[in-house]
Amino acid sequence: MKKLLACTLALVMALSLAACGGKQAPEGEAPAENGDKVVRIGVFEPQTGDNGAGGKQEILGMQYANSIQPTVDIGGETYEVKLEIVDNRTSAENGPSAAAELVNRDVSIVLGSYGSGVSMAGGKVFEEAGIPAVGVTCTNPQVTADCSVYHRICFTDPFQGPALASYAYDGLGVKTAYVLGMLGSDYDQGLMYYFTEAFEALGGTVVSEEFPEGTANFVSYINNAKSAGAGAIFAPVSINYAQLIVEAADAQGFEGALLGSDTWDSNMVVESAKGKNADVFVTTFYQEGGNPEFDDGIREWINANADAKTNNGGNDMVAAVTAMGYDAYFTALEAIKAAGSTDPKAVLEALPSVSYEGICGHIEFDEVGDAKRDSAFIKTANTETGVWDFVKVQSVQ
Amino acid sequence: MQEMFPYFLNGISVGGQYALIAIGYTLVYGILRLINFAHGDVFMVAGLVMVYATASMPFYIALPLVVLATVVLGFLIERVAYKPLRSAPRMSLMISAIGVSYLIQNMAFYITGGVPQPVSNPIPWISENVTILGASTKRVTIITPILTILLVVALVYLINHTKIGMAMRAAAKDFETAQLMGIKINKVISMTFIIGSFLAAVGSMLYFTNYPSVAITSGGMPGLKAFVAAVFGGIGSIPGAVVGAFIIGLCEEVIKGLGYTTFSDAFTFALLIVVLCVKPTGLFGEKVTDKV
Repeated sequence: MKKLLACTLALVMALSLAACGGKQAPEGEAPAENGDKVVRIGVFEPQTGDNGAGGKQEILGMQYANSIQPTVDIGGETYEVKLEIVDNRTSAENGPSAAAELVNRDVSIVLGSYGSGVSMAGGKVFEEAGIPAVGVTCTNPQVTADCSVYHRICFTDPFQGPALASYAYDGLGVKTAYVLGMLGSDYDQGLMYYFTEAFEALGGTVVSEEFPEGTANFVSYINNAKSAGAGAIFAPVSINYAQLIVEAADAQGFEGALLGSDTWDSNMVVESAKGKNADVFVTTFYQEGGNPEFDDGIREWINANADAKTNNGGNDMVAAVTAMGYDAYFTALEAIKAAGSTDPKAVLEALPSVSYEGICGHIEFDEVGDAKRDSAFIKTANTETGVWDFVKVQSVQ
Repeated sequence: MQEMFPYFLNGISVGGQYALIAIGYTLVYGILRLINFAHGDVFMVAGLVMVYATASMPFYIALPLVVLATVVLGFLIERVAYKPLRSAPRMSLMISAIGVSYLIQNMAFYITGGVPQPVSNPIPWISENVTILGASTKRVTIITPILTILLVVALVYLINHTKIGMAMRAAAKDFETAQLMGIKINKVISMTFIIGSFLAAVGSMLYFTNYPSVAITSGGMPGLKAFVAAVFGGIGSIPGAVVGAFIIGLCEEVIKGLGYTTFSDAFTFALLIVVLCVKPTGLFGEKVTDKV
């Protein structure tokens, strides 16, 4: 009797799994059956893990762009553009398998990822398959330097780190900075290095510490910053840790400024700073209000779509990564148009010469595949209203 | 000394949080000889319930609800995953515990979408900032160790001076004989899980008031460290778990204060290895007597 029960249970489980598998297959095949021409754009983004929140916001920009421009003309024929979204789960270990899945889905070009470490891990797979990739907000220089197919539309850490360092030293008058990042994170470590180098070159001193993955208690780190006499804490960490650092800095009565990189530019960080005693400054790609037409359009789209609103953190604030996702989508379309084909090899050849006027600025690639950018926006968190206020446009001398 | 004060303060608070979780490990181990790996995840679920409950209802309903939901979860885990294996080898129980742990994590993954949930509506009063001897901190930091001690005193009283406590002690001493003497063993075990989950729920509310973000892996690290604390103090011993937790909490924060932030976690686990090699029964561990 017991054996029978166990067998039945096992059978039910197996069948339910099979049912799940069965559902997915026809979904992928559907467009081909009705005869439409389809070009697939891979979206390589984290939707879970530490960077899940940021990845979801970046995808929103691409989905919105896709809803505005769902087709592309290639060689006189109209193709439907289909986004193939995979979850790379934030971590470099999962990057290659997520990337391989995109390769299997026959994508012509890949967008993403939020987070540099996972982009580097995925980049190797794309390189082998000869599929071009456009990094949206991965700022570590090695993403493009070590990979022939990776390009990117954002500024890089050797620019962002010094921009913040010079703002802290000259703009805020900070002489000692406390730098905090996560152990083993390519993104954090890269920015810490470039910030430290620039800040020390300006004549400041830097105290640097690292925390292990999964840390929730930042109280002692803030106390270390206080006892080092730091005027500012620079923490290029993911959104989740940024929220906890803001919280701990407020609780410990840290008087100086909190400096964040582009990851901090999220409505979730500004909300956790609301009502707190915190001076938060971030560098970012786009300032809300920079293009009112885009802002209004995407707000309307987010408000009309409950899932999109949840993915945006429950409100309709426009994150810079969303705007960058939007630009990345159109850059990809330009490349496909220029290639005149859906073949990844042709798109890869056409990509370096693409030039596109995005809402976050003009996009053009240099010989490494990086975007030519020379300025970043600096924003501060308004702790009363809970929104980002524009401070200045920072460039590096 | 004045410089180190904030670290001590924080260390005692962290120790109190670990202690509340460690008791859950040690109680269950004392009776079932089972390391309940799902305990850290019960702690995490309590945090998630708090995030959702405090966002939608007033605190005088939300907080009892957190405790109730956690206790029910702990009770159900025992009934569904451990009770059917009562006569099975202990290894099967252990494997079942690991399975439950992953099941809970993945269910939480499904519900939260894998994104850490911020506690947007922290418990008032205890989440406010105060200044003690020149060190600024949240009020919860001071309340945690005090509440922990009070709860432990109450628990020790319950175990030493009530009927159910006597039954628990008897079951811990000798499972089979206790059963033969007419003790309803299932009731005792359920009670153990209920107490353990209750303390985890209280610990969770304090922990996530201090560090207001609940990820699906949030239970992992505190759970593991509480487990180390229970082993360090002598698994099966309640005072041992509490003392062990406070020592580990204090050491971690002081190590961070001395500038070795990278090694604070490594210290905890190095301690586990050293204790297991040098004094496997821990600080207050029961003496092993061979029954003939």
